[in-house]
Amino acid sequence: MIKSLKFWIIALVAIWIGNLFIADNMNPYFFSILMYAGINVTLAVSLNLVNGFTGQFSMGHAGFMSIGGYVAAYISTTWTGTHPDWIADPFLSNILFVFNMLLGGFAAAGVGYLVGLPSLRLKGDYLAIVTLGFGEIIRVFILNIDAIGGARGMPNIPPFTSFGWVFTLLLVTVFTIWRLVRSSEGRKFMSVREDEIAAEAMGVNTTATKVKAFVIGAFFAGTAGALFAHYLRYLNPQTFDFNRSFEVIIMVVLGGMGSISGSVFAAFFLTFVREALRPLQELTQLDFRMIIYSLMLIVLMLTRPNGIFGTRELTDVISLLKKKRSTS
Amino acid sequence: MISRHPFSVVLVALSVVLLAPACKKSQTADSAASGATVSGNVIKIGEVGSMTGSEATFGISTHNGIMLAVKQLNAAGGIAGKKVEVVSLDDQGKPEEAAVAMNKLINQDKVIAILGEVASSRSLAMAPIAQTHKIPMISPSSTNPKVTEQGDYIFRVCFIDPFQGTVMAKFAWESLKAKKVAILRDVKNDYSVGLADYFAETFKKLGGEIVIDQSYSAGDMDFKSQLTAIRSKNPEAIFVPGYYTEVGLISIQAKGLGLTAPLLGGDGWDSPKLTEIGGDSINGSYFANHYSTEDNSPEVQKFIKEYKEMFGVVPDGLAAMGYDAALVLFDAMKRSPQLTTPQIRDAIAATQKFKAVTGLISMDAKRNPVKSAVVLKIEKKSFKYQTTINPT
Repeated sequence: MIKSLKFWIIALVAIWIGNLFIADNMNPYFFSILMYAGINVTLAVSLNLVNGFTGQFSMGHAGFMSIGGYVAAYISTTWTGTHPDWIADPFLSNILFVFNMLLGGFAAAGVGYLVGLPSLRLKGDYLAIVTLGFGEIIRVFILNIDAIGGARGMPNIPPFTSFGWVFTLLLVTVFTIWRLVRSSEGRKFMSVREDEIAAEAMGVNTTATKVKAFVIGAFFAGTAGALFAHYLRYLNPQTFDFNRSFEVIIMVVLGGMGSISGSVFAAFFLTFVREALRPLQELTQLDFRMIIYSLMLIVLMLTRPNGIFGTRELTDVISLLKKKRSTS
Repeated sequence: MISRHPFSVVLVALSVVLLAPACKKSQTADSAASGATVSGNVIKIGEVGSMTGSEATFGISTHNGIMLAVKQLNAAGGIAGKKVEVVSLDDQGKPEEAAVAMNKLINQDKVIAILGEVASSRSLAMAPIAQTHKIPMISPSSTNPKVTEQGDYIFRVCFIDPFQGTVMAKFAWESLKAKKVAILRDVKNDYSVGLADYFAETFKKLGGEIVIDQSYSAGDMDFKSQLTAIRSKNPEAIFVPGYYTEVGLISIQAKGLGLTAPLLGGDGWDSPKLTEIGGDSINGSYFANHYSTEDNSPEVQKFIKEYKEMFGVVPDGLAAMGYDAALVLFDAMKRSPQLTTPQIRDAIAATQKFKAVTGLISMDAKRNPVKSAVVLKIEKKSFKYQTTINPT
């Protein structure tokens, strides 16, 4: 057991060692991009479980992210409002943050369950429209709640998000979903994707399976929202419109539906590329950035319609290379 | 090579993690040497604006205003013989992009002050970053009071929501002699909600009565049910602190329902589109604004003339605010003994009775300007200067 967990434990230790000095020594600009990339990976990988592995086209991921973000941020701000000493205390603040992050995740998962139960009986385009609608409902709902700022947004969120937490959550998400889709429980997800009728004939409860994938995806989206809220320190419902959902979908599709490595790669790649193209806009004073970004997506999709990784993983690629070397 | 060892991936990851700080070290040493002061013959300041996205017109107007101010300053010899250079970054109207742009300006471009953002939602995401790095930031037109509450390095040159609401409440009470006023607010819009709240508070304090408080959402086309409810209460004026598109439609539908009470609003009305959409129905309505092009003071007329020469259009309120934000910053830089960020901050905070296009600007203890607002009346597709209301 220890042997199979070796990679994950080493990675976790590496993250927390990195946490000790990365934030202080790294250029804050690159650091902020790295943090957004980390949060985007969590979003993309969790959406991949729904869209890629289970084959259900969900377009409401930003909605779940906003629920997690708002729930966690609301508790953090109200709690630190009465206990200001908790913000500076490294131990208490982290306890509070983990608690809030989990709570945000569970709130998103709960809503995911409520949304998923009726809507996951639908298929394909219909499901896409329903989830898109629910994402918007959540956003408009938040717009109308005064306690969390409504349209004014929610400022003064304590800065709890650290390098360690962003990448720990990334690791936990990747680990959970990696292990899940390789278990017998996870095979059900893929059986639903491949052929729903055949899966049902084999005794798979397809609706329950779909809802399960949806709830797990929503949970991680919620925790990612909590990280986002405590990093940006300001939430505005405008941030979580359907464009945000599309961004995550693009990452999943570009990386490859059903490839965790693909989602990780695409999330990092797209987050960095957008910033890398920024000097171009500064020089020309024209918005070439989004044109090139979009053009790149089109070219990639034309040349690799299954995404960069397809359904393969990085480990598959490595073992393939190994095999080639041993035969030659 | 990599494939030989199963954990080499981890090792690579680890080494990246360990190397990253090592190569960053040199950069921090670099910046520590120059500090946050100015090196060379150029003073770099940053600007974050929504050059693209749904609020692009606001961002571009503000940017133009700033560019005009910079051009004038450099033509007059710059600050202490040094030219000023603006690094402008686009945030696409998104708070998270504004935060990234802010980080880039401060850490990559090493600017010593920031101008921006137009909207409060972006300024609120940027302000904590400016405060952490102790870089002075002046927002041209973020009206949410919370923006400058983020820290002592955050300033603005526009009046805040309470003041616009207060101005219109005073105007309704004193000039229009209204006793009963209705409110029709845009619930989706933080600006509108803020104005409506402060209007109601002040108007009640003066002794007036808010007979009905209705709401709509930006993007709505039909306001008849709200207006019918308002008509039943028979108000003497209707406060509609929204943006011009909806206000134009509201004015048409109000006239259609036989409502003759004048509409009142804030600077969100300031667009030629207002009279295009509203037509004759909007005549006789009033709104608060930052400045009037009819103002005959030499500063205003000079600004309008030079702006027209440079960009070919009459400057709107946002261009004037961008221009003023830059002027206040340059004035502070000239007064500051050395160009270090704490001294520039102190100089901005000490701004007293500075003659800007949008009025005399003095910074109060909360880093908000104490300045006057103008009330404009809409007559035959033009905005006529009505009165100036001073802060109390």
